[in-house]
Amino acid sequence: MADEGDVGVVGNTTVAVEEPLDLIRLSLDERLYVKMRNERELRGRLHAYDQHLNMVLGEVEETVTSVEVDDETFEEVYKTTRRTIPMLFVRGDGVILVAPPMRGAPP
Amino acid sequence: MQLFYSFFKSLIGKDVVVELKNDLSICGTLHSVDQYLNIKLTDINVTDAEKYPHMLSVKNCFVRGSVVRYVQLPADEVDTQLLQDAARREAHSQRQ
Repeated sequence: MADEGDVGVVGNTTVAVEEPLDLIRLSLDERLYVKMRNERELRGRLHAYDQHLNMVLGEVEETVTSVEVDDETFEEVYKTTRRTIPMLFVRGDGVILVAPPMRGAPP
Repeated sequence: MQLFYSFFKSLIGKDVVVELKNDLSICGTLHSVDQYLNIKLTDINVTDAEKYPHMLSVKNCFVRGSVVRYVQLPADEVDTQLLQDAARREAHSQRQ
């Protein structure tokens, strides 16, 4: 629960009441992980965003995950397709979540 | 309140690739944009293997903003510093 006078400290500065969008602001010019609808994920450098979660990402890698079911064994095979895009506008209505990149030390 | 509207206006005349939610990708020159991020493209052609509805005879098109998934942009036409500063201000002004 956020009560009046919640403050956060960023470096030497004190910022008042951080709402979720403010936390995204901290990631500007940092690499980011974005989970999107239709089993898509993006990893890229955040250059801009707005309250709809429209975003511009640079040096982006998109991963699309699909499942195929083997006809005979009926086992599920997960496939991923990747591509890189130098600069990408992402419409916010496709975004599910935004997070710092999950792997150890992303390039 | 219109960061991306202004951003797209600055890209008018540049070549972009609009990827729609139905997986169609359209390459063309950005002609105009509006507050809903509806887009008009000129001299289009369908990228990504014309296996999707190839619009061979279509030169110009209007795309409703809500059906856009991505817009691929030319990296060297984008001033990332400017964008980041604008995003910081926009986010701040939205809070109040």
